[in-house]
Amino acid sequence: MSQLETKNLNFYYGSSIALKNISMAMQKNSVTAFIGPSGCGKSTLLRLFNRMNDLIDGIKIEGEVLIEGNNIYAPKVNVEGLRKQVGMVFQKPNPFPKSIWENVAFGLKVNGIKSTSEINDRVELALKQSALWDEVKSILQRSALQLSGGQQQRLCIARALANEPSILLMDEPASALDPISTAKIEELIYELKEKFTIIIVTHSMQQAARVSDRTAFFYMGELVEYDETKTIFTNPSKERTTNYVTGRFG
Amino acid sequence: MNKKALTQQIIFWTFRIMSIMVVIVLFAILYFITIRGAQAISWDFLTKSPEEGMVKGGIFPAIIGTLYLIVGSLIFAFPIGVFSGIYLNEYLKDGKLKSFIQLMTNNLAGVPSIVFGLFGMALFVNRLHFGDSILAGSLTLGLLVLPIIIRTTEESLKSVDDSYRLASYAMGATKLYTIKKVVLPLAFPNVITGIILSIGRVSGETAAILFTVAAYFLPKLPHSIFDQVMALPYHLYVLTTSGTNIEASRPVAYGTAFVLVFIVLVTNVIANLIRNYFNKKYKA
Ligand SMILES: Nc1ncnc2c1ncn2[C@@H]1O[C@H](COP(=O)(O)OP(=O)(O)OP(=O)(O)O)[C@@H](O)[C@H]1O
Ligand SMILES: [Mg+2]
Repeated sequence: MSQLETKNLNFYYGSSIALKNISMAMQKNSVTAFIGPSGCGKSTLLRLFNRMNDLIDGIKIEGEVLIEGNNIYAPKVNVEGLRKQVGMVFQKPNPFPKSIWENVAFGLKVNGIKSTSEINDRVELALKQSALWDEVKSILQRSALQLSGGQQQRLCIARALANEPSILLMDEPASALDPISTAKIEELIYELKEKFTIIIVTHSMQQAARVSDRTAFFYMGELVEYDETKTIFTNPSKERTTNYVTGRFG
Repeated sequence: MNKKALTQQIIFWTFRIMSIMVVIVLFAILYFITIRGAQAISWDFLTKSPEEGMVKGGIFPAIIGTLYLIVGSLIFAFPIGVFSGIYLNEYLKDGKLKSFIQLMTNNLAGVPSIVFGLFGMALFVNRLHFGDSILAGSLTLGLLVLPIIIRTTEESLKSVDDSYRLASYAMGATKLYTIKKVVLPLAFPNVITGIILSIGRVSGETAAILFTVAAYFLPKLPHSIFDQVMALPYHLYVLTTSGTNIEASRPVAYGTAFVLVFIVLVTNVIANLIRNYFNKKYKA
């Protein structure tokens, strides 16, 4: 069974359709890249996986989104529980204006964990997983806003990881960062896929090629092509895909 | 100097002079009040009741009365105002109902305080039989400052970046948890501004307490919330307009004004300290 799957998924903002008949499946412990021109629906699809679109007025969803076979839009699904299982990292680093420690501990407190020693252990683990521990272990009580942009983004990754999700959604996580920070995030993604199923939206072809196992190319709300990343970049079957990955449009 | 730089200079100095003028006016008032009022201040003045037709003695009951009214009105207005602000900004979707409530809040803020006084008398004093009392006065003053607290709360919540809310939801936090643990702490320093403004308003208000709580002369302290109290602004009004010997009571009047201004300044300073503390705690 695939970890995450969509079946004939349509999505509307009010009366305008943003996603058309998307059917795709993502395997456990793989990295999937979503590429495509601006406005094609990548972020919209990503937000469907943790039901963040629920926060927007006037949306409509048709079809199914399945996580380990269960439809996450079934009536009795606990949305908060789902979001703990499906972590998200945003385009612009958005750590809370609290201490580094409190940022990572946030999800644990949401989960009602009270024991300080348990929280400390899991904060440390999450910071190690996000390759930030060595840089911040002596300044855990300092404000997260004093970190660099790249560190802040890895802190946001740590914050998401502390919830021990099984899926990690990343919407252009490196687009606001310098090349060195970007390289660190990419390295991190490579390591994280051992434990997590990762979906990353990116505008950088090189990034998609470097970090992902499979790549999905979207165009105007449609899934044009979805295949092994190598195939998408070297031997795509659709002309649209060829044009996009070679930079001829988009 | 070329023409552009000259224009810049002129504009710069215009702004500077305008803002300096504000400071000058404030200091002029403080200077005036201090020069005339400070000499009236003594231990007895602060701790004794008025004597001999209010030209002697102190203003202790009025100080206590004003403090009671500040606390009393905030007990009503603060929770109601903050909850309304939260409801308006966090729960109510943009639309007709929201615009209507906002419009009404603004209208309420524009109603003259004497009208609040009349309303308070009709409803709290007479209809609900609270009589002229701390309770009736606090409720009336509470209504008066409610729009200030609602509006500043709403504005402070609006200024909290949405990305923090989204981050919290994405971590599996509920809406209530997000408001409590993420949004409110960030908005709180600015919410305090609403309280500062309210305290200033309540402590200086005369018309709203005239028919609802204020006593002309009441040398003893209140025993319950159904008692009347003296209050500084009203006492000042009485001293300057209707005392038995207005000239002789001038020093007491200025002393009263001095104490009133002092209370407002001190509460402002305290509120600012609280605000800075929370600002430091949550910002870099
Ligand atoms: N909150 C919203 N309300 C209405 N329409 C929206 C909303 N968010 C996105 N859309 C529309 O849905 C379509 C898909 O947007 P989406 O943000 O998913 O694109 P994207 O592929 O992530 O683009 P980008 O690469 O610029 O981030 C666009 O036409 C966009 O205008
Ligand atoms: Mg996007």
